[in-house]
Amino acid sequence: MFEFETNGFVFPNELHVHWTVMIVLYPYITGLVAGAFIVSSLYHLFGKEELRSIARFALVASFVFLLFAPLPLLMHLGMPSRAFNIMITPHPTSAMAGFGVVYLTYLVIVALEVWFSMREDIVQNALEGGRVKKALFRLLAFGDLRVDEQTRAFDHKVVRVLAGIGIPVACFLHGYVGFLFGSIKANPWWSTPLMFIIFLLSAIVSGISVLLFLFYLISWLRKAPYEEGVMRTLAGYLWGFLIIAVALEIMEVLSIAYEQMPEWEVLSFLIWHKLFFSYIIVQNVVGSFIPLILLALVNLTNLKPRIAHLFVFVSSVLVLIQVLAMRWNVVIGGQLLSKSFRGFTSYFPGLFEKEGLITAFVIFTLPFLILRWIDKRISLFPLDCPIGQARR
Amino acid sequence: MKEDKDTIATKDFDPERRVILKGTVATALAIAFGSLPRKVVASYKAQDHWYGFVVDLTKCIGCGACVRACKAENDVPDGFFRTWVERYTFLKDGKVIVDSPDGGLNGFQDNLNIPKSVIAKTYFVPKLCNHCATAPCVQVCPVGATFVSQDGVVLVDKKHCIGCGYCIQACPYGSRFLSPHGYADKCTLCYHRIRKGDKPACVLVCPVGARLFGDLKDKESNINKVLAATRHGVLKPELGTTPKCFYIGLDQEVR
Repeated sequence: MFEFETNGFVFPNELHVHWTVMIVLYPYITGLVAGAFIVSSLYHLFGKEELRSIARFALVASFVFLLFAPLPLLMHLGMPSRAFNIMITPHPTSAMAGFGVVYLTYLVIVALEVWFSMREDIVQNALEGGRVKKALFRLLAFGDLRVDEQTRAFDHKVVRVLAGIGIPVACFLHGYVGFLFGSIKANPWWSTPLMFIIFLLSAIVSGISVLLFLFYLISWLRKAPYEEGVMRTLAGYLWGFLIIAVALEIMEVLSIAYEQMPEWEVLSFLIWHKLFFSYIIVQNVVGSFIPLILLALVNLTNLKPRIAHLFVFVSSVLVLIQVLAMRWNVVIGGQLLSKSFRGFTSYFPGLFEKEGLITAFVIFTLPFLILRWIDKRISLFPLDCPIGQARR
Repeated sequence: MKEDKDTIATKDFDPERRVILKGTVATALAIAFGSLPRKVVASYKAQDHWYGFVVDLTKCIGCGACVRACKAENDVPDGFFRTWVERYTFLKDGKVIVDSPDGGLNGFQDNLNIPKSVIAKTYFVPKLCNHCATAPCVQVCPVGATFVSQDGVVLVDKKHCIGCGYCIQACPYGSRFLSPHGYADKCTLCYHRIRKGDKPACVLVCPVGARLFGDLKDKESNINKVLAATRHGVLKPELGTTPKCFYIGLDQEVR
């Protein structure tokens, strides 16, 4: 019945895709926040000693990503000068209005946890070096330069409690981002109660992957030996969460197809034609299938450490690409589909426009630069671990 | 001093100037009184009304006068539409072709190069905001900038809207757009006109009476009479948006 070959019919107001690559980036960065936080909590709360060397890095990375998460949203708003209306006059029935509350709550928790976990280093910095540096760090330590067994125990306890509170809030933050899409009944590509769980799981796998990627990158740059404990532990978690994430993503689509829902006709065209490269090739074959095989080999067979490191590194890169593709396919894919269910519009971001690729690249690079800047001042890795020892 | 003033006044007297002065005063008074709220506005109670819209698909000829009138009345930016007209062409082999060139702004001049012999039937479908009673766009607005007015019109406070575009995503009918000025925009049923008792511009100009506007709360209103006498439907009823725009002669292919 349908004529999609010429992209069919779209409502005249639908020619413009309103949610651009900025809105692809927002859930991507938020996902890294939630995932990295959960990794840090595996050590701080659940006592996974193998992750000691990257636990604090994970926590600070989560904090820095969180600081940058709203930036793409701000770039996207038609009226950015009114952004604070969302905090001042939140509309109770809107999922999006929860942003202010959820974001700020989480920001406070993570900021406090970062501060408590770094207090000893802050104090140390306040005691040595130039006058300006001393003064600044003294201010950052709120003037309390006491460090002994008692304060250490207290800091440790607070970090544990904050990690405990932080996990459900992190889940809520990312679940909420999924719900933003999942609750749009007008859009059959978005509207599913599974959306928030899918978003949460993809957040966790992207968070683990970005940490693995940075762990390898930094170890390589510093010529430090790759720690096997970190790799084995994270490879296990990544594999487990990736299995659930991919299974849910595929089951969601399969159930629409199997039930032969009326929307399947357009959705199958969306998947097989409009999103063939980003959904079938990148998200499912390259980003899901290959890492699942590689991680299965690492976890189930007795690979030599060198090969295992290589497989895990490749998997981390592929999963990072998978999750980015998944965000793209959800956010952009859902808007390509006309609500007339009779056609599709097209979108690809320009290089130099306000919401273009260069803006996206800059926003995404900034948190990494900030992380490096912090690490130059206070080591984000414990100094008794290989990656921390090799710090230059 | 006093003398001086009088002398000057007498000396400078110019009959022509008096006429101009008189005219100016008269015009000013006319504008002042004209801009006073008319009786109908002064006594207007929003809660006494609940507006709805009826489109008679059996009447529409696809001239696009409504689209042009809307654009002129509401200064709708180029490339966006508060109302538009779709053309449905059914071929004898079962294919359905839908088009809306420029939203029907200039009517439907070309025949898509389809030979008459293969066409089974055609009809036009004017579209506009459905002014849903349970509007999903209103539900999702994060700052409460869009709302259903007491008289049942879905409106946007353009001074409060942050331009996030969530309402555009939530509208199942494609009735909203982000204005080039940065805020969400849509059909207001010509709220500035209906408050004064006038018809929306599109209703006023429709040459065949395919568009009807009226008060659903008023049992004797034109649209209540028409709705009582005809078979009609709403778009995408399964989404539970309770549209208040009713279509006479609605076909299942129209979404």
